[in-house]
Amino acid sequence: MWEKLLYFDRRIIFVLIGLVVIIPFLTGWMVPHGQITPSTQNLYNEIESLEPGTPVMLVFDYGPSGMPELHPMATALTHHILSRDLRLLGVAIVVTGPSMCQDVVAPLAEELHKVEGVDWVNLGWKPGGVVPITQMGENIKRTYPSDFQGRPTNELEVMAGIRDYQDIGLIIDLASGNAPGAWIAYAHDPYKVKLATGVTGVMAIDYYVYLQTGQLCGLLNGLRGAAEYEQLIGKKGFGFLGMSSQSVAHLVIIFFVIIGNIGYFTVRRSRQRSE
Amino acid sequence: MRLQIPIAIGFVAGMFMFVQFFIPHQMIKASFEDALDWAIIIGAFALVLGLGSLFRTHIDKIRHRREGFSYSFVTLISFAVMFFFGIFYKTAPHTTFDWLFMNVQVPLEATMFSLLAFFIASAAYRTFRARSVEATLLLSVAIIVMLGRVPISDKIPYLNLHEITEWLMMVPTVAAKRGILLGVALGAVATSLRIILGLERSHLGGGGGG
Repeated sequence: MWEKLLYFDRRIIFVLIGLVVIIPFLTGWMVPHGQITPSTQNLYNEIESLEPGTPVMLVFDYGPSGMPELHPMATALTHHILSRDLRLLGVAIVVTGPSMCQDVVAPLAEELHKVEGVDWVNLGWKPGGVVPITQMGENIKRTYPSDFQGRPTNELEVMAGIRDYQDIGLIIDLASGNAPGAWIAYAHDPYKVKLATGVTGVMAIDYYVYLQTGQLCGLLNGLRGAAEYEQLIGKKGFGFLGMSSQSVAHLVIIFFVIIGNIGYFTVRRSRQRSE
Repeated sequence: MRLQIPIAIGFVAGMFMFVQFFIPHQMIKASFEDALDWAIIIGAFALVLGLGSLFRTHIDKIRHRREGFSYSFVTLISFAVMFFFGIFYKTAPHTTFDWLFMNVQVPLEATMFSLLAFFIASAAYRTFRARSVEATLLLSVAIIVMLGRVPISDKIPYLNLHEITEWLMMVPTVAAKRGILLGVALGAVATSLRIILGLERSHLGGGGGG
């Protein structure tokens, strides 16, 4: 029996994983509240400590593949930033970023009665990787002479009084790749601007080092980070819903790993006996 | 001269970027800003080179009818469509380009990425075996982290898996990661110095360092 179980059709696993991922989305079942990770709490506190009107740079360094984990983070952060009357500057060094920014910020801003160009702006994308990050340390409007819609940034109310990183209260880089490393090296370290990041679960491990050194003042780790932030702002959304799917999917994978190991040892022992 | 001129440009540019960091003079600062403008323009040219390479690869594949050449048609046609709408109708929100991005690229990329969940589950079942002490250690830590990353584990009495997971991330992982990062950083410094001093020439073509 164990031998059969050890080599059963993997499509059964696919179906089970598919079901446990889809069912919470269809039923709206949400996992109970969990503990808040200190790095999530620190980011929340950092935003809470900013005076209304302070510019916050929200960097969208991800594309559609990072959406399931990073869009809920972006939504929760945007909601927090705009509802605290902070100015939001959407920026991207990844080409797909501006569309991600528009997709998250525009509907939320409308819901919160915030005006584009006055309370928030999508500055768009610049080529050159680390170069625009460095250039913004000298002059943000020179790096972005116009926004994503093509309007001159000099004329936008939201950009009033902003020259470089010294005028930015906090930078939050949401990334599915290694962009936070560039923001640490080329924005935080030379210009001493406060920096936090939100990354996919598999990337998070790379940034705990910078959390410990204080180069990052906050870190949202994967979908759990998004769910924790939603919990902090009191607005459950896709972070919590996704966390429900992920919780059950993790349990299913652990169950299969345990079954696989029991089968492996049972079969090995019976083979040894027969030899 | 084909080698000396690029090496001289590399030396001057490298030394300037190095020196400007320590001289906060207005003139140096203005030159630094100009240099950054140039770097962004050069960065944009990298896109043109990338496009050239993309076209060459796919046209070559179609011309020689290599396996899967029909996908090359899809790539080139998709590029042409996005290029047309991007150049002539802009990329701003609510344009055709934006609509195509949100309704074609987003679901396609999301679909590709979501397949990972199925393959990881299947691979974990088939390969995650406690065959040795190291494998058992890896397996145990993986299970702790997988449980610690979901809020359900917070409900397990007498066992704070969330805190254990955070400790695993903050202490042993950071220790190993820091060692790797220091090695990488020292390597980057050494390579940069070799490029600035003209000892490393592989980036100039022709292969091999100096």
